[in-house]
Amino acid sequence: MIEQLPILAEINPGLWVILAGLMCTMLPVGHARKAFVIAAPIFAGFLIFKLHGMDTGAHFGGRMIFGGIELTTLRIDNLSVVWGYLFCLAGIINGIYALHEKCRMTDSSALVYTGAAIAGVLSGDMITLFIMWELTAISSVFLIWKGGDHAYAAGVRYLAIHVFSGVMLLAGAVMHAQANGGDFMFNNIGLESPGGWLMLLAMGIKVGFPGLHMWMQDAYPKASITGTVILASFTTKFAVYALARGFAGTEILIWIGAIMTCFPVFFAVVENDLRRVLAYSLNNQLGFMVCGIGIGTSLALNGVVGQVFVHVIFKGLLFMSIGAVMYRTGTAKASELGGLFRSMPYTAIFCLIGAASIAAVPLFAAFVTKAMILAAAVYEHHTLAFLMMLFASAGVMEHSGIKVPHFTFFAHDSGRRVKEAPWNMLAAMSIAAFFCIYLAWPVGGFQNLYALMPFEMDKPYQPYTVDHVVFQMQLLFAAIFAFTLLKRFKLYPAERRAEILDADWTYRKMGLNIATWGSAMWTRLSSQTNRVKTRGLSAVGRKLYQTFSPAGAASEAAPSGLAAVMTAGLLFIVLLLAYIAR
Amino acid sequence: MSFLDLVPDWLLIHGPAFLMALPLIMAAITAILPNKRVAWTSTFIVTAILTLTAFSIALYNVEVGTTLYKMGGWAPPHGISLVIDALNAPVIVLIAVMSLLTVVYALPATVAEIRPNKRAPFYAAFLLCTAGLLGMVVTGDAFNVFVFLEVSSISTYVLVAMGAARDRRALSAAYNYLILGSIGATFFVIGVGFLYMETGTLNMADMARILADLDGGSRVAKVAFGFIIIGLGLKLAMFPLHTWLPGAYAYAPTPVTTFLASTATKAALYLLLRFTFFVFDPSYAYVADILMFILVGLGVIGMVFASLQAIFQTDVRRMLAFSSVAQVGYMLLGIGIATTASVAAGYLHLINHAIIKGGLFLALGAMWYRFGITRMEDFRGLGQTMPLTMGAFTVSGLSLIGVPFTAGFISKLNLTVAAADAGWLWAVGVIMVSSILALIYIGRVLLLAYFQSPPKVNGVEVARNEAPIAMLIPMWFLALSSIFIGIKSDAVVGAATRAAEFLLGAG
Repeated sequence: MIEQLPILAEINPGLWVILAGLMCTMLPVGHARKAFVIAAPIFAGFLIFKLHGMDTGAHFGGRMIFGGIELTTLRIDNLSVVWGYLFCLAGIINGIYALHEKCRMTDSSALVYTGAAIAGVLSGDMITLFIMWELTAISSVFLIWKGGDHAYAAGVRYLAIHVFSGVMLLAGAVMHAQANGGDFMFNNIGLESPGGWLMLLAMGIKVGFPGLHMWMQDAYPKASITGTVILASFTTKFAVYALARGFAGTEILIWIGAIMTCFPVFFAVVENDLRRVLAYSLNNQLGFMVCGIGIGTSLALNGVVGQVFVHVIFKGLLFMSIGAVMYRTGTAKASELGGLFRSMPYTAIFCLIGAASIAAVPLFAAFVTKAMILAAAVYEHHTLAFLMMLFASAGVMEHSGIKVPHFTFFAHDSGRRVKEAPWNMLAAMSIAAFFCIYLAWPVGGFQNLYALMPFEMDKPYQPYTVDHVVFQMQLLFAAIFAFTLLKRFKLYPAERRAEILDADWTYRKMGLNIATWGSAMWTRLSSQTNRVKTRGLSAVGRKLYQTFSPAGAASEAAPSGLAAVMTAGLLFIVLLLAYIAR
Repeated sequence: MSFLDLVPDWLLIHGPAFLMALPLIMAAITAILPNKRVAWTSTFIVTAILTLTAFSIALYNVEVGTTLYKMGGWAPPHGISLVIDALNAPVIVLIAVMSLLTVVYALPATVAEIRPNKRAPFYAAFLLCTAGLLGMVVTGDAFNVFVFLEVSSISTYVLVAMGAARDRRALSAAYNYLILGSIGATFFVIGVGFLYMETGTLNMADMARILADLDGGSRVAKVAFGFIIIGLGLKLAMFPLHTWLPGAYAYAPTPVTTFLASTATKAALYLLLRFTFFVFDPSYAYVADILMFILVGLGVIGMVFASLQAIFQTDVRRMLAFSSVAQVGYMLLGIGIATTASVAAGYLHLINHAIIKGGLFLALGAMWYRFGITRMEDFRGLGQTMPLTMGAFTVSGLSLIGVPFTAGFISKLNLTVAAADAGWLWAVGVIMVSSILALIYIGRVLLLAYFQSPPKVNGVEVARNEAPIAMLIPMWFLALSSIFIGIKSDAVVGAATRAAEFLLGAG
């Protein structure tokens, strides 16, 4: 096909998906739109496959001069192709999941968003990257706004933060290219120039560095049901790609990543809204990837690539199952759910598969890939980072592996009797569940994932060794045990004294208490600071208004006499300057 | 260059003189023409001829380079010469095209805004203004520049005052403009006088040569430069000498606002470029200092200050007027950095901003024509009631912000790169901040237009009422050019680079 139409080799496949999205905005027929939603990612994936096979090494295309800068709008190499495939796959699954929703805005913005993410990871230069960076933000905010009136403000905050991140990316890119003789290609960036720091910060916002992560937990739980699923697939993973491309092996990322894995654990444990729990756990999973990028050995980077691949699938699966529950019951609050396994058995099974995958149970997706990152940390003697990630792994088991399915499908019976999820949701979930298991299958499964990995490993990492499996099972059982104790403890407060000896419980309870206390304090503090802030901001706003508004000081109708005096004054300054020059 | 083959040779040779003589003569004739359509038709034909002439001259210039036309056969420095070079050819095309578009738009607009017995004088003044602007751009003689500056200014005062039929405040705005514009012109002519004293010639190329021989000249040359900068600064609305501009833009008839915003300040900016880099030279210490501290300083302050002022305006035309002051700041910044790349970027923004602002003011005029809209809150639901006009406004507005694939993005990107190249990283920051401010004030209008429903009159929503075709054509022409430049910028960037290389030498 490409032989007949050589132009296809020059056009970024993501642009076709964007084009399909734009066409959808004008297409009133729902079925035709759905056909686009499914077909566009398939077509893009096919093109990526063809183009990747065309050249050994990397495929470059779409070179053009734009405003005096040479752009390479298309680059498919071993690293970017993984994300290309992944985003196409996610686009298809999301499309199937959203088949029931007859909404022009969702369809078109999802397609544009997907296409922008694909085009972004396949872009070769930083200007194209910036454009797609902003386009993902702008197109995806509609998915948040579809969440209803209460999502409007969150959407605006989301948009503001992401547009700001894009502006920083552009500024950083310009400065970085400046330092490198005007080369705008997006390759390893490093932190030698201030431009590199700006770009790292821009990516940090998008990937949710600790302290820059708030938008994720703010916006994702408020989006529409399908919106959350779609949102969780692309934005942060796009940023992970940018980090892997630009900052592989940057030491500081190890620590940022390690902290990033740990801190959401506490919040996720105390949180009641299950979609927000998943948003925290998303943040924590990204921490593993950031840490792996920081370690930067080929084992670690391969682990990151694999982790990204399976992560999108199992995190999508979890969001999809909670979304299905929300679709049927209308809520995602842990306190109002429970016992749903009777009425939604298939969804429950899929959710359990997703939970097992995220918790890295042997035979499930993350088991192979997360272990690669952890092993890389050990090989490089980053013991502290390793221990932090180990703690976070237990935490993942705790909040995503157990808490989410437990409170939704088991626990106390909420008495809700609803229908099973619609067929298209089940279909989408089953595809994701299939990949979750297939990509970790000991024989002929994870080897396929290895085949995708971009870097050569002299000795492929062997996940299914006895001690690894046993070690992982111990970790998981410890987490389950802790959860059980905690549950019991909650049910029987009288037994509190007997449990204090349990070290695991101590830090867990303490962590939980600190988190609860911290969040309570934070609420109080923020209400205080909010008052100060509002006052301060309104004072600033008033000041600005008083100065610049039509009624303000600066806009007083200047009589021509005053303007003439001002002109004379300026002339005096200019003459003075000319006089003292030289 | 097949187009050039179609153009008769005499037009290419005598074109520069033709450009200013034709509208001057036709202005006198138009003033006594009977009213109604005849005056419009003759103006339309004149501007169409001007546009063709300007295009062919510009193409010819690309082919043969700088040409010198001796007025009446008198050789410079004694006679008056007209010069077409890489610097002024694009500006000539800009002025001619904008005059043509404005005339097309004026056909319906004048019916609504100008009293019937004033329409022929309106077109006459418009032609005079065009003649003045073209004259001051083509002439190679410094005193002649002053003459044409006054021709264009005086006719502009008249044009602004004609807005009184619509809003009486136009009279005070015109008066204010008259006083300040005259001060500016006076300063300019004083500067030219000093220059004459120093060099003994009025021909600009001659002046440049003698000044270079004198190595920048004595204190007289410094004083001359100061007066010229301030005089032109008033004309091009350099902050804080912009006080005449918001009133004049807001209360003039809408075609006049469009024409002023996209040509008058641009012609003054052209003169600033001509004097700073051609007659004088940034290698003289006083020129370098004034560029660095006055032009850049005031430009940057103006970018932020005027943008903030634009954000708080309630009258949309005043908002756009303040935004013009801010955008002039970009151009001054580009000129002030004084590298080839930055001057090219400033020049590029000059052209792009004329296209963008022209489109915005045309759309705004169409909105006034249909619904009498001047205030921000009247924009509610315009996306439904005037979708095509609002579409053109949106495209031009996005271009003003600097969204990728629009003209505004190209010039801001070039300016940013040029500033970073010269090591002016703080200027990059100011450009970003100012772009965000532009996003706020344009975004405010767009949100109102697209996310609010149209107002209700007697309980019924206002129905769709699109602007007439004579208004839609010019505004969409400008909006589409803005996108075209954004996608395929080679021609315009090439012209700007040629202009900058002409002034500063390559590299």
